[in-house]
Amino acid sequence: MNRLEVKKTYKLYIGGKFPRSESGRVQTLTDKKGEVIANVAKASKKDLRNTVVATRKAQLGWAASSAYLKGQILYRLAEMLEGRKAQFISSLIRSGKTQKRATAEVEKSIDTLVYFAGWSDKFQAVYSSVNPVSSPHYNFSAPVATGVVGIVLDDSSTLLDLISQMAPIIVGGNTALIIVPGSLAIAAMELAEVIHTSDVPAGVINILTGELGDMVPTLAGHMDVNSISVSTDDTELKKTVRLLGAENVKRVVFVDQKKSALGPYPILDFQEIKTTWHPVG
Amino acid sequence: MYDFINGDEYAPAPESTSELNVKEQYGLFIHGEWCDAEGKKTFDTIDPSNQKVLSKVALASSNDVDKAVAAARSAYNGEWGQMSGSDRGKYLYRISRLIQERSREFAVLETMDGGKPIRESRDIDLPLVAAHFFYYAGWADKLDYAFPGKQKVSSVGVVGQVIPWNFPLMMAAWKIAPALACGNTVILKPAETTSLTALLLAEVIAEAGVPAGVVNIVTGAGDTGRAIVEHPDIDKIAFTGSTCVGKQILKAVAGTEKTYTLELGGKAAHVIMDDAAIDQAVEGIVNGIFFNQGNVCCAGSRLLVQEGVAEKVIKKLKKRMESLIVGNPLDKNTDIGAINSKEQLNTIKRMVKSATKEGAEVWQPEGNVPRKGNYFPPTLILDCAQSHTVVQQEIFGPVLTIQTFRTVNEAIEKANNTEYGLSGGVWSDKGAKVFKLTDQINAGIMWANTYNAFDPASPFGGFKESGIGCEGGLHGLYPYVKLNG
Repeated sequence: MNRLEVKKTYKLYIGGKFPRSESGRVQTLTDKKGEVIANVAKASKKDLRNTVVATRKAQLGWAASSAYLKGQILYRLAEMLEGRKAQFISSLIRSGKTQKRATAEVEKSIDTLVYFAGWSDKFQAVYSSVNPVSSPHYNFSAPVATGVVGIVLDDSSTLLDLISQMAPIIVGGNTALIIVPGSLAIAAMELAEVIHTSDVPAGVINILTGELGDMVPTLAGHMDVNSISVSTDDTELKKTVRLLGAENVKRVVFVDQKKSALGPYPILDFQEIKTTWHPVG
Repeated sequence: MYDFINGDEYAPAPESTSELNVKEQYGLFIHGEWCDAEGKKTFDTIDPSNQKVLSKVALASSNDVDKAVAAARSAYNGEWGQMSGSDRGKYLYRISRLIQERSREFAVLETMDGGKPIRESRDIDLPLVAAHFFYYAGWADKLDYAFPGKQKVSSVGVVGQVIPWNFPLMMAAWKIAPALACGNTVILKPAETTSLTALLLAEVIAEAGVPAGVVNIVTGAGDTGRAIVEHPDIDKIAFTGSTCVGKQILKAVAGTEKTYTLELGGKAAHVIMDDAAIDQAVEGIVNGIFFNQGNVCCAGSRLLVQEGVAEKVIKKLKKRMESLIVGNPLDKNTDIGAINSKEQLNTIKRMVKSATKEGAEVWQPEGNVPRKGNYFPPTLILDCAQSHTVVQQEIFGPVLTIQTFRTVNEAIEKANNTEYGLSGGVWSDKGAKVFKLTDQINAGIMWANTYNAFDPASPFGGFKESGIGCEGGLHGLYPYVKLNG
C-alpha cells in the first residue's frame, strides 16, 4: 500500500518567523496536469508594512556585525543549501525543469553564496579611498550600507536569480525584504527554511509571496525603505516603482537577470559612500 | 587701553570692479556660438546687495533647449566622441589655467551676481573651481584604471545639468569637469538668479578651443530646466538643488532610460562633545552655519551640544557672532553677504517666525544690518524641540538651531532623526568618540574637528533624501561612465 504523503503548508518568512498572511488569503499552485501542488500564502499590504518594520529593526545590528561574521553566515547558507541540494533539485523539477537544468541551477546558487561570502571583508577595500586633499586633513571614503532594501522578482525569475540579488545586498550590511510571485513561492519558502537554520539573524532576510500588484506599490511608496532592486521586463511596473520611489528618493536598481550577477558591482549598487575629514597637526 | 572690540568700525575696503566688464546683455552659448533666445526673450539678473539690475540674460525656450541638445549630440557623435582621453584632459587643463588667470574677474562677478562675500569667492570658490578642472583633467586618460576588474569604460552620452545659485561657478565646475573627462557632452543650465559666471565660463571654454557643442550653456528658470530634464535625447541628468525639485526630476525621468545623479538638501547635525576644544569648536560652528550666509546644503544647521558645556558654548558663540560683519559682499571685511534673492530672504524670515510661534527663543546680535538689499543677520534659535519646523526643515540661511544632549547615543539619535543625510560634524578630543559618531551618524560627509572643508579629490554626496550618487574624487567618475556597456 502506498503511504499517504504529508503535504506542506507554505507560509511567509517575516522577522525570523513563519506566519500565515494576516489576510488569510492563499494562491493555489498547480502542476502541468492541473493537480494542486500547494496553496502558497498571498501576502497583503499589511503583511508588507509589518515586514518593513522587521527588516528595519534588524538593519543596524546586521550592519554593525563584523564583516568576517557576515561572510561566515553567507558561507553557512551555502553549506545548508548544499546539504539540502536533493530537495531543491526535486522541487525545481516539480516546477517543470529538467534534471540537468535543475541541478545546474541549484549548484550555481550554492556557488554564488560562497562567492559573495568571500566579498564580505574585501569589497570595502576595493571601493575605499584615502583622498589626497590639498589641506592639512586626513580624508577617507568608504562604502556603507544603504539600509533597508526591497527585492522584487517576477515570473521569469529563478531561485538562482533570487540568490544572486539577495547575496550582494545582505553581504553589504543591508537587510532585505524579498517579494516573490507565486511561481517562485515554493523554492523561495524552502530557501527561507535554509536561511532560518543558517545563523542569519531574524529580520535580515524576509520573504513574502503573492501577487506583485498587491505588494509592489506599497513597497515602492514606503518611506522607510531605502532602495529597491527590481527584476522585470514589465515597463509599467518599473515606472510605478520609480514614480512611487521618488517620494523618499529611493535608490531604484533594475537588474538584468540575463547578465552575470558576479563581480563587486552588484554590492556597490546598494552602498553609499561616506567621506570623513579630520585635521592633521 | 584701546578697546579692540568696540573701538570703532572697520573702514570700508571694497574690491575694485574695474577689471570686470559686465555686458548689458548675455545670449545663450550653443554649438560654440552666442545666440539670442527664441523671440529674443530675456530676463533681468540683479545684484542682491543693492537690488540693481546687473544685466539681461537670454530666456531659453524648449526650442532653444532642442538646439542645445542637438549641438551636444552632434559633438558627441563627432570629434569629441572620437577624441583620445589625453586630448580631452588637455582641454580641461587649459580651462583650469584660464580660470586661474581670470580668477579675479570671476570672483568679483560671482560676488556681484550672487551676493557672497568677496573673501569667500576669491579664496574658496575660485581656487576650488580651478582645482576641480585640474583634478578631473588628469583622470581623462586613466579611466581604465579607475574601476575594479577589467572593465570596458565608455561615456554615457549627452548630459543635462541643472545647478543652484549658492555656489554658481563651483557647481558648474563640479558638473562639467567630470562629465568632460569621461567623454560626455553637456547642456548646463545655471540658476535663474546667478547665470553670469557660467556665461563667463562659456567664454573661457571657447577661449580654450573646446570643440563646438561639447559644452552648451542655456539660461532660464524652471521651465528651461524642465525642458532639459524631459528632453528625449538626453542620456543623463545631473542636478543640484532642493529635495523638492529633486523628487520632481525623479518622477519626470521615471519610465525613461535616463540615468541621474542628485545632490539635494540637508539638515546637518553639528555635535559638540564636552571634551571638545571649545574655542576651536565655536569657530567651527560659525564656519559651519555662517559660511556663504548659510546658503549651503551641507551647512551645520543643527547644533547639538552636550549639556555640561552648553552654557559655555552658547556664551562664546554669541560673543563671536557679535563680531561678524553683515554687509556689502564686495567689501573685503564682510563675513556675511547678501541673500541671493528676495524670495529666499522671505523664506528665511518665515522660518524664523515659525520658531517663535512654536515656542523657541530667537537670538540675534545687535548691530548694523544694511537696510537696503537682501540681508539677514546671523541668528540662533534656542530651546528647540526635535519636532520644531526649524529643526526638521532646511532653512538655507544664517540660522542655527540649538539643542542639548546628555549621552553619545542621544546625540546620534537626534542627529539621525531627519529625512536628510548629507553631512554632519563632530567635535571631541577623544578619537574613539569621534569615530563612533562619524560612523553612526548616517550621512555622506562627516567633518570631525573641522567643518565645511571641500576638495576635488574628496567625494561629496548624500544619503536618504539628500540625494543619489557622488561628485568629486574617484567615486565622482561613476555617474559619468558606463561599465561594460
